Amino acid sequence: MSETVVEQREAAPARDSQAEVSAEIAAAHAEDEARGLTRVQPRLDFPAYRSAALRHPTKDPRHADPEGIELVAPVFGHRDVDPLEADLTIQRGGEPVGERIRIAGRVLDGDGRPVRGQLVEIWQANAAGRYIHKRDQHPAPLDPNFTGVGRAITGDDGSYSFVTIKPGPYPWRNHRNAWRPAHVHFSLFGTEFTQRLVTQMYSPGDPLFALDPIYQSITNQPARDRLVATYDHDTSEHEWLLGYRWDIVLTGTHATPMEEGEHA
Amino acid sequence: MPEAQASSSTSPQPTYAATPGLVPTPGQTVGPFYHYALPFDGGEHLVPAGTPGSVRLHGTVTDGDGAPVPDALIEIWQADAEGRIVREGGSLRRDPGVFTGFGRTQTWRDGGYSFTTLEPGPTSEGAAPFIAVTVFARGLLNRLFTRVYLPEPAAALESDSLLASLDPADRATLVASREPDGSLRFDIRLQGDGETVFLRYPRHSV
Repeated sequence: MSETVVEQREAAPARDSQAEVSAEIAAAHAEDEARGLTRVQPRLDFPAYRSAALRHPTKDPRHADPEGIELVAPVFGHRDVDPLEADLTIQRGGEPVGERIRIAGRVLDGDGRPVRGQLVEIWQANAAGRYIHKRDQHPAPLDPNFTGVGRAITGDDGSYSFVTIKPGPYPWRNHRNAWRPAHVHFSLFGTEFTQRLVTQMYSPGDPLFALDPIYQSITNQPARDRLVATYDHDTSEHEWLLGYRWDIVLTGTHATPMEEGEHA
Repeated sequence: MPEAQASSSTSPQPTYAATPGLVPTPGQTVGPFYHYALPFDGGEHLVPAGTPGSVRLHGTVTDGDGAPVPDALIEIWQADAEGRIVREGGSLRRDPGVFTGFGRTQTWRDGGYSFTTLEPGPTSEGAAPFIAVTVFARGLLNRLFTRVYLPEPAAALESDSLLASLDPADRATLVASREPDGSLRFDIRLQGDGETVFLRYPRHSV
């Protein structure tokens, strides 16, 4: 009995069409616009993204002044990350299939200061749109030479750089004929725990942007644009790879100037 | 140095820069496919099991129907038993003798999670000890922040400004319960009855 209920809950969304989902996206955007809300973050309550229905808090988050442990961030360094982990094309002995790219940029805090020596983690699908994950059932080939996982530690200027393969778009079961725009997942830390960020980087000009409930859960276009990398010919390398730039801005810190001047 | 932080009980409320600064990059859901990337060996063991003074912090993540969330990712960040904020790298490749204060684990099929850690001490005199937590999941479009307060000492909980701002039912969602075996239980309810109190810090925008 209860198994049937679970099956129905998971199966039902697949019957909805893109047109229905697109209408829900438009309705949520119109609702925010009518309220004069210019969001910089996604709406957690976003009906077009079916999995959000039972997983978004219904109460507003409560105000907390950061204290103690929240005013600093975990420390990562070269013990944690091998520099070779920033090249996702050399992890398995052979060359992965696909378009070789470099993704480079800087991690900044909300006041424009570089986040130095901090961990950046990425993961992504391969060129065919398939993840190495047992739950990914997309009938596209796995690439024996590609795990899609990378790590790096930012430089003194907050810079990071990954060499990887351009990910492919892939279908998912949010609704009928649903496709995610190609993206790379990013996980970031700042100098404070309050700055923790997990997000997704997209490629410029993706035709799936308008259709994707996850990307569109950020109801403000300039905010959505912040997730899209820029093609940068100066980052491209002769007869080797294409270059993309993507800078990441974390939220502002709460430390006083005196504390910032101290060395950890 | 932890001593550098002003005690909030004796100093005026801190004021934060009114200047808007740069606009932050938006978050996005962690999605369902992070398992090869984010969890790491020993992520749930901030100290090896059996370490004197260690405690198990565990609970279940549930959704608005009370159903378990089997694909959440939980991170914890905390001071050591003396309330010192450790500034040690190496969480991803742990030296069992070094406490870094950072842990990361995924929920199991039944929505459960478990860390083995130390009970944090107060980071300033009289402060209520807590563990900072971030929650990520498929279906959750941005990370959530919360705190796990230790159930003791009661006097410290009474004087905590965040807990004081909450009604008793909400306050209860942030205080771990002491199980008969001495472990700490902290359930995370994303939505609905007993919804966990999640936090917004100053300088966080909507």
